[in-house]
Amino acid sequence: MFRTQYDSDISIYSPEGRLYQIEYAMQAVAQGSTALGLKSKTHAVVVTLMRSSDELSSHQRKIFKVDGHMGIAISGLTADARVLLKFMRNETLHHKFVYGSDLPTGEVVSSLAMKSQRNTQRWGRRPYGVGLLVIGYDGGKTHLYQTSPSGNCFSYYAQAIGSRSQSARTYLEKNFKEFPELGLEELVLHGVKALKESSGKETLTKLNVGIAVVGKEQKFEILKPNKVQTYLDQILQTEGEIEIENENENEKDQEAETLELKLD
Amino acid sequence: METYLGEKQQARQWSPYINNGGSCLAVAGDDFAVIASDTRMSLGYSIKTRYSTKYLKITEKCSIVSSGMQADIFTLHKVLKSRAQIYEQKHGKPMSTDAVAKLVSRLLYYRRFFPYYTFNIVAGVDEDGVGCVFSYDAIGTLERVKYSASGSGSSLIEPVLDNQVALKNRNDIKKEEFKLTKEYAIDLVKDAITSAGERDIYTGDFVEISVIDLNGTHEDKFELRFD
Repeated sequence: MFRTQYDSDISIYSPEGRLYQIEYAMQAVAQGSTALGLKSKTHAVVVTLMRSSDELSSHQRKIFKVDGHMGIAISGLTADARVLLKFMRNETLHHKFVYGSDLPTGEVVSSLAMKSQRNTQRWGRRPYGVGLLVIGYDGGKTHLYQTSPSGNCFSYYAQAIGSRSQSARTYLEKNFKEFPELGLEELVLHGVKALKESSGKETLTKLNVGIAVVGKEQKFEILKPNKVQTYLDQILQTEGEIEIENENENEKDQEAETLELKLD
Repeated sequence: METYLGEKQQARQWSPYINNGGSCLAVAGDDFAVIASDTRMSLGYSIKTRYSTKYLKITEKCSIVSSGMQADIFTLHKVLKSRAQIYEQKHGKPMSTDAVAKLVSRLLYYRRFFPYYTFNIVAGVDEDGVGCVFSYDAIGTLERVKYSASGSGSSLIEPVLDNQVALKNRNDIKKEEFKLTKEYAIDLVKDAITSAGERDIYTGDFVEISVIDLNGTHEDKFELRFD
């Protein structure tokens, strides 16, 4: 009811104590196509659905490498994401140059959160209209963080952001208890299955699905389309198998009938 | 300052530079390059450590070895490593060997008036898959060559390479008949640096040797004399 009165500037609170401009920025994140992340004890994975504006254009990249041990998946304003990516790359490279070690994922996410918050309280600036899922492996542990335009950041076992992400999140909520002990292949499969939940009418192909992995003895790597296809095939095969099983059962019934006839 | 004898005494000037010794060399073939350096770090007539690396792999197709002052070698290598990562992030692909060679030259010249005390050799395969070696002086003079040696043992190694790779001053073999194979080059590099270790007191302990071709870089290590 008060929305239109209190949403014209970032510096105006609503009577309920909300900053609508930040919430509108988070809406920009929700408009982007789905990106989800999940982790086990040894690996962290991001899976994204890449949109293309029309048949002639390429699919919008949503996964970017930050450093050998860290990467991000984005949802929202890609241009804003590029700025944050440059910041993260700078931070990690500087740390590596000065201290000779990998910058812990949590630290760079905290710096990002500070940076995002500054834009919610400065004259003439606007919040970054992008949400990031940051995956990393450092200190012997896997990490998955979500950052948002508000400057809040949380650590997750699994999370999905973007349009129709609720379906993916429901799938992840159902299955996340078994993630910690899984191997890389099964973890990625879960990710792709979760993405399928929120893909709606869009068919998943190797061109519009992006997958990246990082973990123990696995540097951050964006999987090539052919590798992505192997996971998609496995998903299709499992669905196909359910159909084939049903067919087999029908066949077995038929065989039993013919045997009975022969005994006669 | 004048003494009672009326002689001028020369004050000892502090120098920011020291030489930690060591030898480096590289040889280029038609489709490969071999690069090697010893690992001894000396100061005066003492050994500071038997293992201090002078070698850096910059990309799968390009590496650098440097001799001179260890502090400057370490810093130069650090800067190079960061610059290679920045390039890869900006351009979406690793630096070509030619780009690395030019970058090293520029980094060195940037310090024209307080140089890095480093004598570098960059080696790798270029965009066409042909082996290449680039040698430098302390302020970045760049020259592409077939082979090069630098460091305390360079005057012992360079003539050997002149004779065995460029076939200079040889009456027993014709240039047209000679083919520089990978095995020949690796053995030559190993023998050359081992021989340098025999006579040069600053060369010894371990050698890091690396063979670079289109398939990537294969690194190895072997022992020299510890005396």
